[in-house]
Amino acid sequence: MSATGSGYDLSVTTFSPDGRVFQVEYATKAIEKSGTAIGIRCVDGVVLGVEKSIISRMILTDSNRRIHTVGTHSGIALSGFAADARQIVNRGRDEASSFKNYYDAVIPGNVLANRLAGYVHLHTLYWSYRPFGCAVLIGSYSPQGQPELYQIDPSGVCHSYYGSVIGKNKEAAKSELEKIDFSTFTCKDAVREIARIIYKLYDESKDKEFTLEMTWACDDTKRKHTRVPKDILDSAVQYAKELRAKEEQDSDDDDDDDDPPPAAGKS
Amino acid sequence: MEQLQNAIAESKSHPSTRTTRPIVTGASVLAIKYKDGVMVMSDTLASYGSMARYKSVQRICKVNETTLIGASGEYSDFQYLKDLVEELTDEEFDEDDGASMSPKEIHSYLSRVMYNRRSKIDPLYNFVCVAGFKEGKSYLGALDYFGSTFEEDVFTSGYGMYIALPLIRKDWSADMDEKSAVALLEKCMTVLFYRDCRTINKYNIAKVTASGVEISKPYSLKTEWSYKRFQNPHIIE
Repeated sequence: MSATGSGYDLSVTTFSPDGRVFQVEYATKAIEKSGTAIGIRCVDGVVLGVEKSIISRMILTDSNRRIHTVGTHSGIALSGFAADARQIVNRGRDEASSFKNYYDAVIPGNVLANRLAGYVHLHTLYWSYRPFGCAVLIGSYSPQGQPELYQIDPSGVCHSYYGSVIGKNKEAAKSELEKIDFSTFTCKDAVREIARIIYKLYDESKDKEFTLEMTWACDDTKRKHTRVPKDILDSAVQYAKELRAKEEQDSDDDDDDDDPPPAAGKS
Repeated sequence: MEQLQNAIAESKSHPSTRTTRPIVTGASVLAIKYKDGVMVMSDTLASYGSMARYKSVQRICKVNETTLIGASGEYSDFQYLKDLVEELTDEEFDEDDGASMSPKEIHSYLSRVMYNRRSKIDPLYNFVCVAGFKEGKSYLGALDYFGSTFEEDVFTSGYGMYIALPLIRKDWSADMDEKSAVALLEKCMTVLFYRDCRTINKYNIAKVTASGVEISKPYSLKTEWSYKRFQNPHIIE
């Protein structure tokens, strides 16, 4: 995007002559430097993973949550301004809670996603609001439905995905995701795959050190959205690190094709 | 006094949103602390006045891993309390920060709810027990529809207060084992079944201990009806 706003970019209520709202596009810029968040929809659930850069050694490792549970069966992974995303999460929790009061049921993923998309879009309509400087991935596995994965970006657009990435390196990560056969992929495969992709795209010279936060909502957790158990996460990280080390070695000799995703069932 | 008169006048002028009498009711709930935790028992009847209308109703429910609540009185108000408490536990699950509500906190929350409703002359018509076991300590709290709260070693509501409480006081001890606790509650429930017209012979018994909350499936107790006077009430001897 190289066109300058030149006067049409001062307010979110102004269209440019070629039909763009620059403020919303600028909001998307806020996400491009932020930690990568990946979501994969599997046959038996949804997995979300976020690369959390360690901003300071003083921070308590687990305090900087980037994936929040909403309505017990959905999770929201964020990339961009964490404070802006926090508003979306809180709204999501209110929506889930009022849905439950009305219908005595867990809010389905598509309803939650559409409500939040409307909420995000709202903030692109008025001069007195600014758009959200964040994008979210909503992973949901409600008791009466299928696993679902949605992405909402600052314009308020909401799409359903099998696999999605937001944040930095998203093009490279997307091309990795495109190799997956989603019709057979399980949650345990996805945990390893997300770890593999994040470790693969990590650039020691440019990026800060990071920790990996991963959550899932799968048949094993009775469809509730919880953090991936430490042992499974650790073994996935181990696998990712080994693969990265091996690829670095191989690339010194020759250029290999990227490894295909691991076989189903391993954990 | 003036406020009360205003309230009465107000309620006459448009449809009342206040109820002070229960419609579908549950009978007694009994609860006792014992060696391993707290045990709670109730029958599974929700009466519609004098009609035994809903015979498979669970009046004890789990709140979280450390707490359960049981209530007598208006059943719809109990369902409302259950929903409120479920909202709390859902929020806790969503927040996922390691903090978990203790039985005492749940008791306190519900007592605020009950008291606020009574202050609007629109009570939640229940007598609730909050039973819990956290960090090695048992907790048994009571709430009524006036908003009074207290903490005790034993809890009885409804007719249980008159019939079961003396029986419990006689045989209760703080270090009762599970078998004696069950036996004591079953004995009281049998007497209540004989004497309270708004009960049925179908019960849930629940316990909360260090290993969490367990609510039994419904079951019945043995009762004795082969007394001569029952079978032939007209005989004078």
